[in-house]
Amino acid sequence: MDFWFFLIQVLNGVQYGLLLFLVASGLTLIFGIMGIINLAHGAFYMLGAYLAYWLAAVTGSLTAAVVLSLPLAGAIGYAIEALLVRTLYRRDHLDQVLLTYGLILIFDEATRMTWGSDVLGVAVPQALNWSIRLTDTLSYPVYRLVLSAVCAVLAVAMALVLGRTRFGMWVRAGASNRDMVAALGIDVKLLFGVVFAIGAALAGLAGAMSAPITSVAPGMGDSVLILCFVVVVIGGVGSIKGAFLGAMLIGLADTFGKVFVPDFASFTVYGVMAAVLLWKPRGLFS
Amino acid sequence: MTVPSKRLSLALLALVVLLALFPAWGPPVFAAKFTFLLQKVTGIMILAILALSLDLLVGVAGLVSLGHAAFFGLGGYMLVLLSPQYEAANLWLALPAALGAVALAALVVGALAIRTSGIYFIMVTLAIGQMGYYFFNDSRLAGGSDGASIYFRPAVQAFGVTLMDLENKQSFFFLVLFCLAAVYLLLRVVLASPFGRVLTAIGVNEERVRGLGFNPTLYKLTAFVLAGTLAGLAGFLAATQYGFVSPAMLGWHQSGHVLVMVILGGMGTLFGPILGAFILELAHFGFEAVTEHWLLPMGILVIAIVLALPRGLGGLLLKWGRKGEGDAP
Repeated sequence: MDFWFFLIQVLNGVQYGLLLFLVASGLTLIFGIMGIINLAHGAFYMLGAYLAYWLAAVTGSLTAAVVLSLPLAGAIGYAIEALLVRTLYRRDHLDQVLLTYGLILIFDEATRMTWGSDVLGVAVPQALNWSIRLTDTLSYPVYRLVLSAVCAVLAVAMALVLGRTRFGMWVRAGASNRDMVAALGIDVKLLFGVVFAIGAALAGLAGAMSAPITSVAPGMGDSVLILCFVVVVIGGVGSIKGAFLGAMLIGLADTFGKVFVPDFASFTVYGVMAAVLLWKPRGLFS
Repeated sequence: MTVPSKRLSLALLALVVLLALFPAWGPPVFAAKFTFLLQKVTGIMILAILALSLDLLVGVAGLVSLGHAAFFGLGGYMLVLLSPQYEAANLWLALPAALGAVALAALVVGALAIRTSGIYFIMVTLAIGQMGYYFFNDSRLAGGSDGASIYFRPAVQAFGVTLMDLENKQSFFFLVLFCLAAVYLLLRVVLASPFGRVLTAIGVNEERVRGLGFNPTLYKLTAFVLAGTLAGLAGFLAATQYGFVSPAMLGWHQSGHVLVMVILGGMGTLFGPILGAFILELAHFGFEAVTEHWLLPMGILVIAIVLALPRGLGGLLLKWGRKGEGDAP
């Protein structure tokens, strides 16, 4: 195990963690503010990847496709919130779980009907399709670095919006006490819709950006969804800071698990989560 | 109260009788397809046992487990591990041993998971279930990701006389029907007992129960072990029926599927999850026969039921049952 090999694994782990954070931050906000366990969140990730595939073919540029997939995923998210989720706020949590479960089935099948069941590939943009040489045998792809940088910028932007703006204040207030926010005269319906749409947009963006480094296939959102739930719960539901820490922990645990204990790679992630929850039953920040 | 009224009980009993007589009226109605359908219905009843066991946790005790299939799968894998390679296992030894092992696993998992609550409980059970999935998927203990086969169904003998031939699809159908009825009645008795009363109260308001001087942890753990063991029974039956087990039996997809049966059918009603299992599986079967894109109508059906029936199918039926007695709006 030399230094460069180790560095590559750290970079991979951080990149994976940042990507998970983009998806998980929406999930944790939606749960924290709206009290909704949104199983369909992974479907937005999948949708983003398919949109990237389709738009890259139409526009001829992945960058344009990624930029376009953000508002598209957000709009679809807003429409679903307004048409379906909104009707269930007064119902039991499990009814919402069931609704979003139904949405997964519909999303999965709709993508299969539109784009087929085959695994699709998306090419890395020409300008970013090169690697930085680290040693004679090891190199690191630039696309992954750019991906990490974009995710990091978005994470910082999110922290600023949540921490420094009036909208962010509403969101934070909503996460800690929903009823009080409503009582203070803030348009909760709109707030919920916007939070849901932002969550969907971020998940879609994450899917679109990761399209070139993963295989685009129906059901690809499932594994991401489960990992993001793990992230959210480790961090403490509703906490952005927790989601970030949890995402880093899981990203690194998954990457290093695959390198050091390949036979039990999938075990490591759940092992980390079980350990955290046994230590702190309500997550790191709650 | 979730105990069915007289009118509803009679309607449900009629359904059970109809089900029990399926081997009689099935052949003239379905002709050549009957044998296939008999196995299908047997499979659905096994899933109904699994859904019923989950209802004790989700609907009664308020413990939403997303890892319940792990005990289902473990029950199946125990049969594989307990079966000799070239002969049939003895049911009288294999079944108690398998259930004992599952109960022990449920005790350990439950003791850890019950420390948490709400969404954290969902996630801990999910994590532990997934660890079980990867344990059988990655280890060479029983076929790894390929799964493992059972070549001989367990023998049901007493003093050398074969009491029941499980290779016979009809006998097996009745065995599973008997198990389903027995598990339902067992849970009804449990819920009516002082233990069940306290457990139901915990599902409504745990703090208040604690304030009354009970120890909720003990009650929840007992319920978790009971539900896990019954899920193990369902898994044992499933392994016997299909002669095959695979890691997917333990996975979160299976757990989620059963949870949907429970919610769709009506949590806490016991009969609801059974109906949920039948409706979901028959809809799957029906849609699959019509289109390869069966997931789409399936998703629409699930959403339509959620939007139209706030307390699931069971809630609707309970309302209907009460209306007949004229003591409810």
